[in-house]
Amino acid sequence: MTGTAGNKGDYIRSDCYVSVELAQESGIEINLRSKVASLYGDSIRNISLDILNFFEIQHAKVTIEDKGALDFVIAARLESAIKEVVSSEKEYLLPLTSENTYHTDKDKPRRSRLYIPGNSPKLMINAGIHSADGVILDLEDSVAPDKKNEARYLVRNALRSVNFYDAERMVRINQIPEGMNDLKYIVPHNVNLILLPKCETAAQIKQVDEEISQIAKKSEHQIHLMPIIESALGVINAYSIATASENIAALAIGLEDYTADIGAKRSEGGKESFYARSTIVNAASAAGIQAIDSVYSDVSNMDGLRENVANSKALGFVGMGCIHPRQVRIINTGFNPGQAEIEKAKAIVLAYEEAQRKGSGVTAIGSKMIDLPIVKRALTTLNTALSSGLLKENWRESENE
Amino acid sequence: MIPDSINGQNVIPFQGVGKFQPSGRKAMPRISTCSDFPSDGNKLVKSLKDALIKSGIKDGMIISTHHHFRDGDLIAVKIFEIIRKLGCKDMVWFPSASFPCHRPLIELLKDGTVHRIEGSMNGPLGRFCSEGKMKGVGILRSHGGRYQAVQDGEVEIDIAVIAAPTADPFGNANGLTGASACGSLGFALADSQFADKVIVVTDNLVPFPCLPWEIQGNYVDFVVEEEKIGIPEKIVSGTTQMTKSPDRLHIAELTAKFCDESGLIGDGFSFQTGAGGTSLVISTFFRDIMRKKGIKARFARAGSNKYLVEMLEEGLVEYILDGQTFDLEGVRSIRENLNHANTSPFTSYNYHSKGNFAGMVDIVILGATEVDVNFNGNVVTHSDGYLLHGIGGWQNCLFGKTVILPLPLFRDRIPVIVDEVTTLCGPGELIDVIVTERGIAINPLRKDLLEKVKGSDLPIKSIHELKDEVEKICGKPKKPEFKDKIVAAVKWVDGTVIDVVRQIIPK
Repeated sequence: MTGTAGNKGDYIRSDCYVSVELAQESGIEINLRSKVASLYGDSIRNISLDILNFFEIQHAKVTIEDKGALDFVIAARLESAIKEVVSSEKEYLLPLTSENTYHTDKDKPRRSRLYIPGNSPKLMINAGIHSADGVILDLEDSVAPDKKNEARYLVRNALRSVNFYDAERMVRINQIPEGMNDLKYIVPHNVNLILLPKCETAAQIKQVDEEISQIAKKSEHQIHLMPIIESALGVINAYSIATASENIAALAIGLEDYTADIGAKRSEGGKESFYARSTIVNAASAAGIQAIDSVYSDVSNMDGLRENVANSKALGFVGMGCIHPRQVRIINTGFNPGQAEIEKAKAIVLAYEEAQRKGSGVTAIGSKMIDLPIVKRALTTLNTALSSGLLKENWRESENE
Repeated sequence: MIPDSINGQNVIPFQGVGKFQPSGRKAMPRISTCSDFPSDGNKLVKSLKDALIKSGIKDGMIISTHHHFRDGDLIAVKIFEIIRKLGCKDMVWFPSASFPCHRPLIELLKDGTVHRIEGSMNGPLGRFCSEGKMKGVGILRSHGGRYQAVQDGEVEIDIAVIAAPTADPFGNANGLTGASACGSLGFALADSQFADKVIVVTDNLVPFPCLPWEIQGNYVDFVVEEEKIGIPEKIVSGTTQMTKSPDRLHIAELTAKFCDESGLIGDGFSFQTGAGGTSLVISTFFRDIMRKKGIKARFARAGSNKYLVEMLEEGLVEYILDGQTFDLEGVRSIRENLNHANTSPFTSYNYHSKGNFAGMVDIVILGATEVDVNFNGNVVTHSDGYLLHGIGGWQNCLFGKTVILPLPLFRDRIPVIVDEVTTLCGPGELIDVIVTERGIAINPLRKDLLEKVKGSDLPIKSIHELKDEVEKICGKPKKPEFKDKIVAAVKWVDGTVIDVVRQIIPK
């Protein structure tokens, strides 16, 4: 019996390929080929022995073809390979590093979220340096069907070990029901938000919600959900999906599958999806959550992306997915509030705070009454402006000068 | 640490930057007389073999070649094949740089034809040398150090073979036209001036005069016509590729931002960015900044390439001072544009001279395999202890006004910022800024820069913080293990030995 996991080949970096062959006797034999052997050979052997010991394996032939994999990758690959030949409920967990213990607010800005394939460690390591509002470790479309299982271990370990530098820590699970199997690999490891692809009914959300609360019994912080609507039926049910759980922070649309579903071709202008996009924005607004747009798939066309973002913002979306780090800056900038928007939001917030101080229940600018949802929206605008450096933390002081 | 003698020659250990005082006079080539040369100026001989024999080839000679053709060089290996057939032993190869195409020399090092390499040992040659298989000790010099060594008589070249894209029968030569056009031939200047015998090899022979005569026929003994001296597509690339790696783009962007916000980019400034993928992107960021500010650079030191040529032609850069040419646009420009000038290691880099212009460049962007917490840099070995690269102009460029190294914090798990460099190639006092994807470290000696970036949103960290960060990500690496045997010596720009490389114990 031989278990294997990982990737090999000339172009593979920061990954390894592991095979574990159980034996009856002769102890543990580790055969390591690594380009970093002189620097990390002992370390790789040590962690491997520790993992084998953890799973109580006494006799095995282990081969590791290493291309500079970090510990969290080696551990994921080895555990995954072991579990192909040994049945065990145990999990070999590296420490959840202190940088990875932060939580996120439900209404935090989600202008950009960067997709990282869930079985590509090389892309995970630096995912956090590109200033995306969120990093998505993807278990769904970017992982080949025969790699789904090993990707779960890798994503789990990445959540514990990789520093994403304050980006919201997101995972896209597989479509329900397959995605239900993903949850136990991510929920206990401080995932901030879970994306649910190809969502069509409120029942699916409830099912996921229940499973999460089962797994996360002890955890008192909220794990946000972002259903992705990718079908005609999903669009029809958008509002009931958006309101299916308190944990839903945003509603996203996935246009590749949606356009296929309605039998249309995805065009640059996107008129075929106007109804769906508008419906999503409307449903999200009605539910008091964020509306997030689909990715723009032409990575080299920055002008096209810029235009797409402008259209998207005009429709009422507040963010968009990124499939390449180069898209992040344009998307962030595009969804940032403009100067006029910021000024208006400042005026509203100041008027509101003034009213609060005076104990007045009514906020007004001049003769115009300001409703609470508008104040809330203004606060969100200022939050986004603050987090993108368009506004200083102490803006109130300069306002009063 | 540094032995008294290497390859039977006395050596002086590194004394500190600017501390070693040379004395005496420069080396002098023999006096020649026109009466020994054909009065019609025709120095053609029928083959390379003939030229070598007429040059008096014998055991133990120092033979020099140049890397103008980079990985497309067909001449160096050919010369040593001829020498092997002639039965000569223990030759010293003195190239200005070596490339993977020189791998066949390993066989000639094994069979005793070649005793050692004094130049650079890249890729397979580096491994061979690191494993202690070379008979002599390799000597690594910078481009400027190579000129200095020849000029000071430290290396007495017996036969220099200059591969020239265009030449006339008198020996005048340049690199501007012909199938092997490569731009400048500057690296061969010292050899032409000082070698005992000089052979020019060309595959594009033109009648006298070959103009401009970057290499002057008055120094040349023999001219040989060969069918093919280089592989054009490996000499210069048709198109220079910018990096597409998002991580490198990020580092490039951060570097440009640093230069801008610290006030290094101003009207009339000068820069050198090199031609690596990241460097190219940095120069395009410089271009954008110059356009936005409506300023221009007085000159750019190159490594010329398409992007730099565009900046020259747009008027953003007034002059290109070119050391080597990396793509076809660079070759075209140097041929056509008077403001795109050829330079040699003498004008740009030679430390034993009355100044050189490397020290006048405002912003110098360089690479490194490792940098340590004292800002010392390594460019010749990797962290695993193997020799892998030459010094190139790196040491010489360290004398620029602000030296910036954009580097990833680690490469395939191997930390780039370490406690102590495996091999010291450049003293930390000359390295000012390290830009990584996870933060920028400024040398504490550069109080002015530290002051300038105060209050900016640049991610300034200490070099120790960066080192801790990389060790947290990668784990603390073990050091490679070495035997006592010295396999190579690294020269500083003044001819002193700054460090030695010892034989690796393979893992």
